[in-house]
Amino acid sequence: MSRPVGIVGTGQTDHKSHRPDVNGREMIREAVTRALEDAELSIKDIDAIVIGNMDHFESINYVDTWSVEGSGGVMKPIMKITTGGTTGATVALAAYYHVASGLFDRVLAIGWEKNSESDTTAAIITCSDPIWDRFSYSGAIPSLATEATAYMKQYGATQEDAALIAVRDRNNALNNPHAHLQRPITVDDVMNSPMLAYPIKLLDVCPRTDGACAVVFAADGVAQKLTKQPAWVKAGSVRHTFTWFGDSTDYDRGLVSLQRASAEAYKHAGITKPAEEIDVAELYLPYTYAGLKWIEDLGFCGKGEGAKFVREGNTDMNGKIPVNPSGGVISTNCIGATALLRVAEAAIQVMGKGGDRQVDGAKTALATGFGGCFWSDVVILGAQKP
Amino acid sequence: MENWKDTVEIITQEGQIAVPYTWWVGDTGSRFLMALRDEKKILANRCSECGKVYVPPRKNCGQCFVDIDDWTEVGPEGTVETFTIVHFNYPVQPVKAPFAYVLVKLDGADVSLLHLVRDDIEKLGKGSRVVARFSENRTGSILDIDSFQVIEGK
Repeated sequence: MSRPVGIVGTGQTDHKSHRPDVNGREMIREAVTRALEDAELSIKDIDAIVIGNMDHFESINYVDTWSVEGSGGVMKPIMKITTGGTTGATVALAAYYHVASGLFDRVLAIGWEKNSESDTTAAIITCSDPIWDRFSYSGAIPSLATEATAYMKQYGATQEDAALIAVRDRNNALNNPHAHLQRPITVDDVMNSPMLAYPIKLLDVCPRTDGACAVVFAADGVAQKLTKQPAWVKAGSVRHTFTWFGDSTDYDRGLVSLQRASAEAYKHAGITKPAEEIDVAELYLPYTYAGLKWIEDLGFCGKGEGAKFVREGNTDMNGKIPVNPSGGVISTNCIGATALLRVAEAAIQVMGKGGDRQVDGAKTALATGFGGCFWSDVVILGAQKP
Repeated sequence: MENWKDTVEIITQEGQIAVPYTWWVGDTGSRFLMALRDEKKILANRCSECGKVYVPPRKNCGQCFVDIDDWTEVGPEGTVETFTIVHFNYPVQPVKAPFAYVLVKLDGADVSLLHLVRDDIEKLGKGSRVVARFSENRTGSILDIDSFQVIEGK
């Protein structure tokens, strides 16, 4: 049997479009140093490290070895994990597995990206099959655009509905000192931004960010000594579905990987009514339409009700289930760190360290990761030890 | 037994990853490269905890995990710790063979610098003394040191 595991510290850089002052490993060290400070630990206390980022983004193939000066991994067990957009959540889960197994007491999870160092689309399309699917469709925008058009056709959602997601997340980012984009926007701003691939406009999608995140996981018995309120891991689930883009065109079923991953996580966490029982959600929403559709897959509301649910304010800071108090992916997207930031921000909420972005009394928090050919990671954190 | 190649043609598809990169050197590394380019000086820095002198300089000591800001100058002479002589040509190599890759411990440094010896490679040995020869056209790269010259070989 596995043992309970809690998050005891988080650290992140002040995210920017580009960080000319530091190279990758120097940037990683900023997040690590902040996480160690938050947990009141030194690097000597860390038993093992899991690190991840996107393949080909910085042209560093052996990130685990290359990064040790910044990660603190000199002469420690360290491994690299990379699963595309979900990398950060998978890194978190791997660190969780390390501790839950009983083999390590304090494990550091690190996600990072220097998007400014390469061409994101040129790098990201290497996720897909080189013979059949490697057109730029497998970049960030076109595959999501087809999902969005299918959703709009099925449920009558509009571009204005989607714009509300960008407005919500970008305005939430004003409360997060680490967020990359810190300028408020309106529905008109989104509607008037350049069309990229219908129905996705510039302000409907995430930016490219340089940044890093680090999270310290500790074992039951250790965690309580490090902090009054650990963020306990209540559930973690991963589901990968398709590798062929053409196999995932049944969009009417929804994001199946997220449905399955969240159903399993809810079961482990004892959650039957997610919108009632979860206090805050940090969702990997790489574009606005996901903020309508994927909350249906998460069971926050019924099928086709996403736009109404959002319009009624349920996902606002004072709503039924606030989504993305941090500003989310639409405001900050250092890709290999992005899903770990969701976990870190969920932990920050449970630990009560959110400052201006804190959801009052948050006891249960949901974090998700999204990547590649529509696959999903789900992490649920809670104030009470499971 | 039937061979699939009797009825099916072997088809392959050519491709290459074409991803342009621009790596930020960062403030620590940039200071080192500026000194090479503008002053023909080789800068290093020293960890305040373990005292190790790093070249190229590091923003932090990987061993001690503390920031480093104690700058010093090393070289331009040094001692060859180890080397290999390259006889084949390959596109990513910086110069035409034959040449030597050398790990040079510059005077004053505690770690070796990876670099090249182009001339007198037959004189190279472990412990050979070498000196940096700077390029005429310096652009802010590690190859602003053109190569190391053997001043005292085997």
